[in-house]
Amino acid sequence: MFQLLSIPANWLIQAGLSLGLVAVYTLLAVYAERKVSAFIQDRLGPMETGPFGIFQTFADVLKLVVKELIVPSAANRVMFVLAPAIIFISVFAAFGALPLSAEPAETAMNVGLLYILAVLSIDIMGLLMAGWGSNNKYALLGSARSVAQIISYEVPTSLALLSAIMMFGTLNMQEIAIDQGIYSSEKLQLLGIWDTAAIGGLTSWAIVRYPHLLIAFLVYLIAGLAECNRAPFDLPEAESELVSGYHVEYGGFRFALMMLSEYGKMLIVGIIASIIFLGAWNTPLPNIGAAELATWTSGAPGTIAGTLWGSFWLLFKSLFIVFIFIWVRWAYPRIRVDQLMTLCWKYLTPAGFALFLISGVWKLIEVYLMLNV
Amino acid sequence: MAEEGYFKQIGKSFTSLWEGLKVTAPHFFKFGKSRQHRGIDEDEYFSDADKAVTIQYPMERIPLPDNGRYRLHMEGEDCIACDKCARICPVDCITIESFKATEDLGYTSDGSRKRLELPVFDIDMAKCCYCGLCTTVCPTECLTMTKVYDYSEFNRDNFIYHFGMLSPEEEAIKRAELEKTKTAKKPLGSGPKKPLLKTKPKA
Repeated sequence: MFQLLSIPANWLIQAGLSLGLVAVYTLLAVYAERKVSAFIQDRLGPMETGPFGIFQTFADVLKLVVKELIVPSAANRVMFVLAPAIIFISVFAAFGALPLSAEPAETAMNVGLLYILAVLSIDIMGLLMAGWGSNNKYALLGSARSVAQIISYEVPTSLALLSAIMMFGTLNMQEIAIDQGIYSSEKLQLLGIWDTAAIGGLTSWAIVRYPHLLIAFLVYLIAGLAECNRAPFDLPEAESELVSGYHVEYGGFRFALMMLSEYGKMLIVGIIASIIFLGAWNTPLPNIGAAELATWTSGAPGTIAGTLWGSFWLLFKSLFIVFIFIWVRWAYPRIRVDQLMTLCWKYLTPAGFALFLISGVWKLIEVYLMLNV
Repeated sequence: MAEEGYFKQIGKSFTSLWEGLKVTAPHFFKFGKSRQHRGIDEDEYFSDADKAVTIQYPMERIPLPDNGRYRLHMEGEDCIACDKCARICPVDCITIESFKATEDLGYTSDGSRKRLELPVFDIDMAKCCYCGLCTTVCPTECLTMTKVYDYSEFNRDNFIYHFGMLSPEEEAIKRAELEKTKTAKKPLGSGPKKPLLKTKPKA
């Protein structure tokens, strides 16, 4: 029986760690965003606050937290106040099920990925509430666009993830992670022929073992970019037309929460992509004969070394994906609404279905071989 | 666009997206190298055009040529108080007051005789439009533009630059002297004052 007062200490640790991770990551991600955009545009970016402007976002957040919370008189008070909380909670709750390393074991939910996708889509409710509750035409248009976009792109996202999930045969994020490294107890077959369980590293990653998942990875990256409402899919924010979309009426801490969840969502997409496709918390370096690079750069699950190496590799991979997102934002122009829908329904969704089919056939052949050999 | 095949379009999108990333990546990997801020008259002016364009302003400045035309400066010793600058100024930012000198004021550096005392020569730089007309009409070239351009102030009154040559006390003394000489040497034909025009008595 679930009793409120007997929450295990581990859960609280996981919650605290996630909150700290999201907060620190957001501060640095906003700084990185500004620096990367500056370098790409041959500028210097923030330089005044601290060495190389490193404290700029701290100062910005401090300012946001100190500001007065204003609710417009025409707004629907309940919805307006509740919206940022719902957005933040839905994003934050998803972090609870993401295994940063083999520990803590609480992340090993048997419905892990389903839970994350489900919890993340509550975020749409918050966006709609923010847009509707603001009683502002720009906010309403922004949130309508945002919701239409996120719901559309949920389809290719789910299909791409599903085609990977089929190959692993589990929704448990922790099992998926273990299945892609040297600590797997099962046979890991590269292209269905070569057992790479002892070699580990790159060769045991999902996108290498099942090459069609490379396309699934790309589909997921594009759809994930759209789900984060980031450029080139930032129609809901469209600074030039919609001021800034659904959060135009927000200021102070409520705005900070929305910003936090936006960047948090980016990290979640990065973490999910690294867990499902890029070998989760496993090292990319393989064991080559006597040079056991994989064993040297990872620790057994449950040990402190395992936790540290695991967190390092997973964050390294996910932050690299976040960097790609930032890079893409400053390289591409925004696409039109019709192009957005064309991309989703005419290209990504059929690709998702095709991958789904390939995964199914692959599994069938595997089962057939298993029964007949 | 719709004429091309479905897969050809996908391939084309990927190649063009890759091109886009290839354009921005080299800029990123320069990691915000600052350029040397050189004046336009230097030979290497265009030498590091590919580096960051940011000028961290108060710490770094682009060198200006010596004939930069920004804040006005007036050399009071050389002014003959001809009032030309005040009259040509399109925004009326120059205020000049002068009266006849009682003593010999000497010559300006270009040899013009100075005959007028200059108690007030105020330039309101907040109004100035930097057209430079005043410097062109100045006969003794005492009014010039300098290359100082950063002189913001917290109080608007500080924008009024006082170039007058006399303090209020000195001015009072000189004016009193002038009054004395006026009364001392009476011009010819001066008698009891007569009005030049007869005004009609008020009804």
